[in-house]
Amino acid sequence: MFPSNFEYFAPTTLDEALGLLAEHGEEAKVLAGGQSLIPLMKLRFAAPAVVIDINRVAGLDHLEESKRGRGFLRIGALVRNATLERSDLLADRYPTMATAAPLISDPIVRNQGTLVGSLCHADPQGDFGSVMLALDGEVVVKSTAGERRIPIKRFLDGPFTSTIRPDELAVEARVPSPEGRFSGTYLKLERKVGDFATVGVAVFVSTERGKVTRAGIGLTGVGATNIKATEAEAALVGNRLTDATIDEASRLAAAAADPRTDVRGSADYKRDVVRVYVARGLQELSGARAA
Amino acid sequence: MKQSITVTVNGQSRSAEVEPRMLLVHLLRDVFRLTGAHVGCDTTSCGVCTVLVDGTPVKSCTMFGVQVDGRSVTTVEGLAANGAMHPIQEAFKEEHGLQCGFCTPAMMLVATALLEENPDPTEDDIRWAISGNLCRCTGYQNIVKSVQFCAEQMRQASAGAPS
Repeated sequence: MFPSNFEYFAPTTLDEALGLLAEHGEEAKVLAGGQSLIPLMKLRFAAPAVVIDINRVAGLDHLEESKRGRGFLRIGALVRNATLERSDLLADRYPTMATAAPLISDPIVRNQGTLVGSLCHADPQGDFGSVMLALDGEVVVKSTAGERRIPIKRFLDGPFTSTIRPDELAVEARVPSPEGRFSGTYLKLERKVGDFATVGVAVFVSTERGKVTRAGIGLTGVGATNIKATEAEAALVGNRLTDATIDEASRLAAAAADPRTDVRGSADYKRDVVRVYVARGLQELSGARAA
Repeated sequence: MKQSITVTVNGQSRSAEVEPRMLLVHLLRDVFRLTGAHVGCDTTSCGVCTVLVDGTPVKSCTMFGVQVDGRSVTTVEGLAANGAMHPIQEAFKEEHGLQCGFCTPAMMLVATALLEENPDPTEDDIRWAISGNLCRCTGYQNIVKSVQFCAEQMRQASAGAPS
């Protein structure tokens, strides 16, 4: 399968990339890992007249914690999923993301694919959208006009649609640093390695003196976008993780899901997997550091 | 409009004029006549088109040829050196790591990248490394054995090598 023809640019600086987007934005697509874009172009679901390959742009491959303000994790647009999978920083401080990374597609795809690119692709079956929702992350976008920081909930706008403008480049994803005792995980039901999630669930809690101070729950593959289960989160905050609160939160998370019946399972089945996985995830966290 | 690119392929500098939309697998097969990278599913699922770009496995059906301008690509044809098979090739022969052979080039390249990073992999490590590669003959058992055999041979060779 051959993509439609396009004009190809491989800028080496951010300014050059933003200039190209200012000029060609409406008819251009940005190429980072390419593991979603190139398959779409081969199927001709996407046929951009211009492809702007940012792989040679310097300064987009940072993975580090900033101590500014309350502190946050910075993931540059060219950080590969394979790097996230091997990161000690993530394993120590961002367990929800660390658990999700090895479950994205397969190892070869992870050598190319990027978290930021996955967010821009905005596939409701993308795993990192749910992780970002659970962790209350944001996406930093730049254009020749300046910079915007878009909370992930507003960034993900619909199936395969984000609120990034055509002249903007997503340069970084940010996640607030955890405080107090914290724990997180990602559970994914997939038929085989490389398949999209039948259901995915991202959970995160931080606690102080045994009570939940922050809770995050994101759902994959059960709606038109990744879903933030806000009522389930609210039910946990201020409470201890007990069988009763976990039961209540998992019930509320299942109610927030809006799955469709497809080849991977019926809507009822997927909704119940959400309930079971949220409960299982929270049980795991209650037995871990957050307990 | 065609673009001019120069790529180091299996250690040799090669140049070509290509349309940007030409996929890496077609650059290798149709322009450079290296047919060891196969086209299987063509949808980023099966992994039989896997080659190494700067030592890292990539699915060459999911990368444009222009993206490797100035970079180094290794295909299965680059494994043997000076008429002698690479240890991974010896191992696949020794342990019957192939049946029809279609997935074999990719399996061997993924295995060499694994052993470069991790010379003493567990069975789980090996199964993790090949989890993006399908074998339609379902001969995974012997593929895993071949990689284990290769790792053992390479460790013995490096232990016995003069320092």
